[in-house]
Amino acid sequence: MTDPRQAVPRQPVADDVLVRARGLVKTFGEFRAVDGIDVTVHRGEAFGFLGPNGAGKSSTMRMVGAVSPVSGGELRIFGLDPATDGPAIRARLGVVPQADHLDEELTVEENLWIYGRYFGLSGRQVRERARELLDFAQLTERARHKVDSLSGGMKRRLTIARSLINSPEVLLLDEPTTGLDPQARHILWDRLFRLKRQGVTLVLTTHYMDEAEQLCDRLVVMDHGRIVAEGSPRNLISAHSTREVLELRFDLDDHRDRLDDVDGVGERVEVLPDRLLVYVDDGDAAMSAIAGRGIRPLSSLVRRSTLEDVFLHLTGRSLID
Amino acid sequence: MTAPTAPAATRRRAAVLPIPAGAGLARMVVLRNITSFRHGWIALVTGFLEPVFYLFSLGVGVGALVPHVTTDRGSVVTYAAFVAPALLAASAMNGAVYDSTFNVFFKMKYAKLYDAMLATPLGPRDIAVGEVSWSLLRGGLYSAAFLLVALLAGVVHSWSALLALPAAVFIGFAFAAVGTFATTFMRSWVDFDYITLAIQPMFLFSTTFFPLSTFPTPLQWVVQATPLYHGVALERALMLGEVDASVLWHVAYLLALGILGVVGASRRIERLLLR
Repeated sequence: MTDPRQAVPRQPVADDVLVRARGLVKTFGEFRAVDGIDVTVHRGEAFGFLGPNGAGKSSTMRMVGAVSPVSGGELRIFGLDPATDGPAIRARLGVVPQADHLDEELTVEENLWIYGRYFGLSGRQVRERARELLDFAQLTERARHKVDSLSGGMKRRLTIARSLINSPEVLLLDEPTTGLDPQARHILWDRLFRLKRQGVTLVLTTHYMDEAEQLCDRLVVMDHGRIVAEGSPRNLISAHSTREVLELRFDLDDHRDRLDDVDGVGERVEVLPDRLLVYVDDGDAAMSAIAGRGIRPLSSLVRRSTLEDVFLHLTGRSLID
Repeated sequence: MTAPTAPAATRRRAAVLPIPAGAGLARMVVLRNITSFRHGWIALVTGFLEPVFYLFSLGVGVGALVPHVTTDRGSVVTYAAFVAPALLAASAMNGAVYDSTFNVFFKMKYAKLYDAMLATPLGPRDIAVGEVSWSLLRGGLYSAAFLLVALLAGVVHSWSALLALPAAVFIGFAFAAVGTFATTFMRSWVDFDYITLAIQPMFLFSTTFFPLSTFPTPLQWVVQATPLYHGVALERALMLGEVDASVLWHVAYLLALGILGVVGASRRIERLLLR
């Protein structure tokens, strides 16, 4: 496996803060897309912004990417101010935007070459680097193809390869796997894991809980432009949810009608349109308790708590509507 | 970070300067366009052929009906010699406008090319300068080829025609800059009819095909206000060897237009894309 990140310092320094936001605000007219958030990202970690659409994740990412002026508060990337040192900051960042923004008029390898030239790299440098990155993105055989002949997953991998052309210290990924099929997602996660192991700092947004749990060391949950919780996936789950969840489906239109049946079984109950979620520490024990009451649900399932449950508990809403 | 006053001062300066930031990497935007163009070289051929077709249709065809024309500066020349400089100026305009409107609009709205560029050290100024430069490079190539054809056709009358090439590039600059600026205001393809509305009458009436003296005086003033008139007058003076001080006035007009366009375009790109 080629290492596309040769120039990365491997050992994290104690006080190596790469992104630091304090009271960060972004407004569009009257609308406050980001409403005073505090974020600190350290070198080498994978940091996630989790939240539904419109939570302010992308606006935050654009400010961190030094392409969107800060409306209020303080933001430093590598200790630099994006208002004055935009080009210097962007030279050290890799950006994977939500829509790939690939250059459809160019071939796969030309996309890497030209993008590298935007960073002021020489023709020789970008050719060498493009070879490594095509290998990393498993696109070597497609090097001379036009971009529009690639599948969605391949385009995404090319976008990630492109974002690495300048050997960035921080990789910003805005919903990296949205719109990809499950197989393509897993290939992509694998590539991101490799990068993380090589010491690249990952900052990503997602509205997929499994993605956040898979990739992030630490994350913030955002809602309406604010941070509602912060921590590692595991800590968030233990702080805001129970160990297990009992899901119950009944044959009726409104699951609220069955709230009394499960009263007192778990710590709390969430009502979804198609099921009840009973938060308990021991799912099987709760099942027996409910069966003991003579209640026969259409179906039942015991699972571990996920970040979805955390989000539901914190905001009262599902992540994906 | 140790001197908190320094960044504040820089920010103030950045806010006062009318020209948005760039990283001095505009040439990479040109390089990108050259790379892309290598896949679509056929467009280069058509861009060259158009003015040549016009030259032979009008110069040879119409020239047979209108043997001689008296220019506004008083010299008597064949119709082909009269119309060739104007076609050079008009093709410089057309090429620049096409590039800076349709192509730039597509890149900005659909390909999101500039969003990708702005995620790198490139700034809005690099994009504006790069796109305009590319347009000039391409226009310069067409103009050189056209001049060669005009020379072979025997319609070039003076050594000052050597300056007609840089002049054509300069005309292209003015139109490409304004074209890019105008494009940043376009909402959809429908708005491009306004461009056609501006370009077509200019192409037909800016003393391209007949002298200014043909117009009644009030209309002469209107014609003299259009940018293409200055381009045509500049090229005609150079190719027919009628150079005098008025050439400076044409140059000044086009220069002002070009600067307005570049500054305006980079500011608009900043406002649209760096929100």
